[in-house]
Amino acid sequence: MNREYYGKLIFELSKPGRVGYSLPKNEFEGYDLLQLGTMTLRQTKPLLPECDELTVVRHYTNMSNNNFGVDTGFYPLGSCTMKYNPKLNEELAALPGFNIHPMTPAKYAQGSLKLYDEVQKTLAEIAGLSRFTLNPYAGAHGELTGLMVIRSYHMSRGDVARTKIIVPDSAHGTNPASAAVCGLQIVEVKSLADGTVDVEALKPLLGPDIAGMMMTNPNTLGLFERQIPEIARLVHECGGLMYYDGANLNPMLGVCRPGDMGFDVMHINLHKTFSTPHGGGGPGSGPVGVRKGLEQFLPNPQVRPTPTLPCREGADTIDAQEYEVYTPLSTREGQGESLYVSFFLGNFGIIIRAYAYLLSLGKENIPMAGKLSVLNANYIKESLRSHYLLPIDTVCKHEFVFDGLREEYGGDHHSPEHVTTLDVAKRLLDYGFHAPTIYFPLLFHEALMIEPTETESKDTLDAFIDVMKRIAEEAKADPQLLKSAPHDTPVRRMDDVKAVKEPKFTYKSVS
Amino acid sequence: MFKYFPHTADDIQQMLNVIGVRSLDDLYAEIPEEIKFKGELNIPSEKSEIEVRNIIQSLAAQNKPLVCFAGAGSYDHYTPSVVPFLASRSEFSTSYTPYQAEISQGTLQYIFEYQTLMADLTGMDISNASMYDGTTATAEAMMMMTAAAKKRNRVLISKTIQPAVMAVCKTYAKFHGVDLVEVEEKDGMMDKEAARSLIEADDVAGLIVCQPNRYGLIEDFTGLANLCHEHKALLAVNTMASALAVLKTPGEWGADIACGDAQSLGIPMGYGGPYIGYLCTKDALVRKMPGRLVGATTDADGRRTFVLTMQAREQHIRREKATSNICTAQGFMCLYVAAYLSLMGPKGMKEVNEQSYASAHYLHDALLGTGKFEEVFPGAPYLNEFTLRYKGDAKALRMALAEEGYLLGVPTLYCDDCLTIASTEQRSKKEIDNMVELIKKVAL
Repeated sequence: MNREYYGKLIFELSKPGRVGYSLPKNEFEGYDLLQLGTMTLRQTKPLLPECDELTVVRHYTNMSNNNFGVDTGFYPLGSCTMKYNPKLNEELAALPGFNIHPMTPAKYAQGSLKLYDEVQKTLAEIAGLSRFTLNPYAGAHGELTGLMVIRSYHMSRGDVARTKIIVPDSAHGTNPASAAVCGLQIVEVKSLADGTVDVEALKPLLGPDIAGMMMTNPNTLGLFERQIPEIARLVHECGGLMYYDGANLNPMLGVCRPGDMGFDVMHINLHKTFSTPHGGGGPGSGPVGVRKGLEQFLPNPQVRPTPTLPCREGADTIDAQEYEVYTPLSTREGQGESLYVSFFLGNFGIIIRAYAYLLSLGKENIPMAGKLSVLNANYIKESLRSHYLLPIDTVCKHEFVFDGLREEYGGDHHSPEHVTTLDVAKRLLDYGFHAPTIYFPLLFHEALMIEPTETESKDTLDAFIDVMKRIAEEAKADPQLLKSAPHDTPVRRMDDVKAVKEPKFTYKSVS
Repeated sequence: MFKYFPHTADDIQQMLNVIGVRSLDDLYAEIPEEIKFKGELNIPSEKSEIEVRNIIQSLAAQNKPLVCFAGAGSYDHYTPSVVPFLASRSEFSTSYTPYQAEISQGTLQYIFEYQTLMADLTGMDISNASMYDGTTATAEAMMMMTAAAKKRNRVLISKTIQPAVMAVCKTYAKFHGVDLVEVEEKDGMMDKEAARSLIEADDVAGLIVCQPNRYGLIEDFTGLANLCHEHKALLAVNTMASALAVLKTPGEWGADIACGDAQSLGIPMGYGGPYIGYLCTKDALVRKMPGRLVGATTDADGRRTFVLTMQAREQHIRREKATSNICTAQGFMCLYVAAYLSLMGPKGMKEVNEQSYASAHYLHDALLGTGKFEEVFPGAPYLNEFTLRYKGDAKALRMALAEEGYLLGVPTLYCDDCLTIASTEQRSKKEIDNMVELIKKVAL
């Protein structure tokens, strides 16, 4: 990638008197904003830069040169499913017909509503569940929504004592955090030495105060939880519901569906499994699906076929108003029990992209995506275990975890001088690869979590494997080379401590 | 094979050999047979690029974009063509959370610029690196208030806030254990006396108000911050972001938290998303703030650089003790907002607001001029959105105009036959005049 650093802030490129926009002349005479008066108007001038158009274009273009994305190179960030983001999907999401106001009467938004319903139905089939809402904005938002569904279900039955949720110690950090936001107490269940949930440790935790259990399967070590039928049976037996964290759904596509595993509620990350761009940290999309019998607890607004008109399966054309947006007003007036978690129907632009992906792959290729992601992960694992410590030796799914370098390559974490996972990660950047997820899951000291995804070729994986081996050799011969890495990136290792000790969050603090 | 899968049959065989299994299915050998999915998914077959484009283009064509006079949280402002052009650079869009700062300075820097711009627009010290939207940003502000207050779990919210914001705050409050109390309204504004008596009970963690409010009216918050602070409560102001450039800022009102939706800063209406929620606050509350934060630091060569910082607040470190569960938010939309504001500058933001003000007031007067509307809150100040009562069936009028290609406002909650109507700099005098002529002819 680029090695030059463009570090100027837009405020440093500003010059009074420049503009980067053009507006038509104000046609409305006799109406002046100043009529609002000083009591109402802003007293201080906003600190906005004054730039011409080309200055802004170059500024962003140069900044993009300081950035690494999937389109730049291999991005094996574990738990994030950094697969290729198809360009057709971008083109279609930008169609002007989709740029309508959210309160457009349903009659004039039938195309968007049909698309929403098609995605909803397709996800339900892939998940083995009954119905989805596409309103949640991200994975963690889906978790929160799903937990609200679970709590609503218990409350609707008068079962108000269920205030605890079981979360494995290997879970994504969002799981306990979402549960806390949802007002649930977290009960942690330990993992066995092989990384899967300890069923014997689970049994005594179950009781009338348990709302449910959150799991991701395969788990964050990339291992399939073989005991899942038994776990689901036990949780159901005690009256709880099973929540599936869909962050790791990719390897399961068409092979084993969460609904068939025994889960009742789940979310899917469209920005992971269904190829929508991650955008440097969103916008994502976290649709939530439920088993039959729980549909009424899903949040509003809902898209549904207009009750007076039968929805015709496979119809080529849409009746004048085949779909409606259902927004029960009673809830907005505070009388209903139904949920609202979003402004409208979620990140609609992301949903369009996911639909294009689902149509492109179809039933033939969706299962293949999962299988090839597993093939890629196992291929890297087997190719690198000679150099990196593999704590759990079994076939993985879409991702796996190394516990740092092997001892003979300087990775013994009992030695204070050992070469760390952070050092390996930073050295990888010099070779033009994004680093894997590091120091997660928390079960290991030097976790290095690798998820290649199915869109990477054997050639790319071989190049990555070669580099990882070369880094291990470097760690043995010249550990300092790793400890001072990266060397060939636009900037070098950051002072993270200074960022916390001398906090600077705005331009004012650095100018 | 398939265009997104690079594996040749030979590649697959070689890789299986290295792994030591015979087939792809053998990679799933540990999964119990009884839960494996057998058969074929009941979803459509694979489609070529041409077919996918045709299907989705035909759906887009089944929508009918209307000339937009609606707001209520989504505004039809102009987006300079440079903004989506820059946003199409995939070095930005195909990256993720900038954990590896050395190769993510682009993302980190535009978020730092976004934080600067939003902190300044709101008159606050700091901004986080985005929330999902204005509704959830306000719900997060609510939870931040109870977290900061420790022993108080009551939060007040003005009934004049946008209905969608109210509905989401109520949902979050119910599950998070916040005692959310609505403050009544009077003449289209929050009843300040009602708020005063609630705050004086000394059990309130905070008060959330809205500017402009759900009727489009500009409220007067004089004395509110002092009242809150005297009683150890926080004040949050929810504002439509574009208005921040000209209206008295949350900071100028003395607020502790500013929150809302920044869709009005260059983001297309897009049927409700993706938008971006903003959340800004004072330095003293930084550790209570949800979401990501980018800070400036230096690299090993002493250059000014940017990193994710104060992560000890976040879920991946603190798990259930985190300030929020938020992880992926709307990072990319920071680019929209920052690029938009960089192009518009102080002059452009002023002009956008002046024109939106002028066109809305012209429309307001023209609608009254038809004799078919009446004022609901005579003389109350507004910016680019207002509420009028139609002397007939407002919903039928709205549908009749939609048939002619116009979206006249949104029905106003708790206000029969009222419409809350908005305008922006994109609406021409001709569009307004044509619509008003139609209204004159309609007999509903």
